[in-house]
Amino acid sequence: MSGEILLQARGITKRYRGLLANNNIDLDLRRGEIHALIGPNGAGKSTLIAQLSGELEPSAGQVLFRGREVTALPVHRRARLGISRSFQMTSVFEEMTVMDNLALAVQAHHGHSFRFWRAAHRCQALNREAETLARRFGLEERLHQPASALAHGEQRQLEVALALAGDPPVLLLDEPMAGIGPGGTHELTRLLGGLRERHAVLLVEHDMQAVFALADRITVLVYGEVIASGSVEAIRANPEVRRAYLGDDSLQEAAC
Amino acid sequence: MLRGPSALRLRVLLGGGLLLLLVWPWISALFGGDYLVSVMTRVLIFAIAAISLDLIVGYGALVSFGHAAFLGLGAYVAAISAFHASEGLPLAFGFSGSESLLVNLPLAMAVAALVACVTGLICLRTQGIHFIMITLAFAQMLYYLFVSLDAYGGEDGLVLPARNSLPLLDTADDRQFYFLCLGLLLLYLYLAHRLVNSRFGRVLRGSRANETRMRALGYNTYGYRLAAYVIAATGAPLAGVLLASKTEFVDPGLFSWQLSGELLVMVILGGMGSLYGAVIGAAAFLLLEQWLAAWTEHWMFFLGPFLVLVVVRARHGLWGVLTGNGQ
Repeated sequence: MSGEILLQARGITKRYRGLLANNNIDLDLRRGEIHALIGPNGAGKSTLIAQLSGELEPSAGQVLFRGREVTALPVHRRARLGISRSFQMTSVFEEMTVMDNLALAVQAHHGHSFRFWRAAHRCQALNREAETLARRFGLEERLHQPASALAHGEQRQLEVALALAGDPPVLLLDEPMAGIGPGGTHELTRLLGGLRERHAVLLVEHDMQAVFALADRITVLVYGEVIASGSVEAIRANPEVRRAYLGDDSLQEAAC
Repeated sequence: MLRGPSALRLRVLLGGGLLLLLVWPWISALFGGDYLVSVMTRVLIFAIAAISLDLIVGYGALVSFGHAAFLGLGAYVAAISAFHASEGLPLAFGFSGSESLLVNLPLAMAVAALVACVTGLICLRTQGIHFIMITLAFAQMLYYLFVSLDAYGGEDGLVLPARNSLPLLDTADDRQFYFLCLGLLLLYLYLAHRLVNSRFGRVLRGSRANETRMRALGYNTYGYRLAAYVIAATGAPLAGVLLASKTEFVDPGLFSWQLSGELLVMVILGGMGSLYGAVIGAAAFLLLEQWLAAWTEHWMFFLGPFLVLVVVRARHGLWGVLTGNGQ
């Protein structure tokens, strides 16, 4: 565990009436690591991400970014600080071109947007960054097509690319592989692996093969509680995890 | 890239439209008089109001049902200011009113911006149907406020001593007034065009499409929406001031929800989110109204089905049909 701690959750608890969606969760994200968050459906993974990104307010607990408390900051302020997220349900701007999607994401990190006069699509600074992102995600051929015309796998790549605009130190990726076929998973796994160098990544993912290939550390969430957290080997060997979540099948499959 | 109409078709449409408007006074002279100039002046004025509404409805998905209030405010500022100037009664803050557009126009826009700032702070906390209702409620409040202002005619309205004036131009001359309105429409269209293509306009379109994502990207969508609301609210009084001058009369009906509704119909009929559509929509609505009303007093009976037809058959309104972008 080398890198500096960028994002830290302390005792995060989220209650919905009677339901305890997150119970006293501690978690940290370090620079240079991919930290996978796994658990069965309904374990509270997306709820946790929403509280880290600022969309949901925790019932109790704190979120710290670089040691500074950000629990009260709204989502857009946290995004400007450098906590960025992608969505489980593809959430791109469908009517806009890929170029406009990315340029809009980049623009959020180029000062305020109360600029009323000059044509935005002619701004070279924004366009260059957008093109760089597109190339990184293999979308350069698609720049001038509307996002709605992309294949599902490409939309998922655009989804992650949007979160990467502005080079945020912290990335919260909510099931980036959702709904992609095996071929696309391979490509995206390679891309995500490259993120480790510059970002601290929290990866929520159901694809166990991808998780074991990518993760430096794994935290397992069941019924809103952390039942285990540690290295990939430790999690694989943990009997409680095997019982609660990982079927023997998926473990063997991933071991192949 | 633009998926819109071909560049040539667009040029022909815009060039043809501009040419028609430029020679309109002479065309109407051929058909017997200044009446048609007056009709088209009204179209130009309402086109300005419709464009300003399109900025928030079409680009921001903020369906305001109270936009006429800002038009009414503009008209009343021009009328009250002129009223005080001609009666020699001081108005407020040592200001004794003016009959000049150069004074009344900025004043009207400032008043509308102020009102929009205050109401917008509240209205924009809501969305969808709630936003429609709350903008309607504020407009109705202003309506009843002006109904109760007996000093300015109350329900009966207020007659202007004359059209607001401008140096070098005789606004009392219908033809010159027509070209003043045309000039201001073109200027406003140009400004709106710059706005929607700017960084700000892009943020507005993004917020319309996916607000959750916009916030996750780092945009304070509330602030941008408020700015858009205020900007749109400063366009309508431009139309209001001109309308007060054109008819030399204002009444609280200018604040009515019927007029707000008509502005919405113009925007939807012409095609939302294209600016030009608002102009086409204003022209189509007012000319049809004029023509059908001369023919039968039950004109709404015929206009209604036409609106339904356009909304159902042409997804991008009349502008979409003209540019071949409809469906």
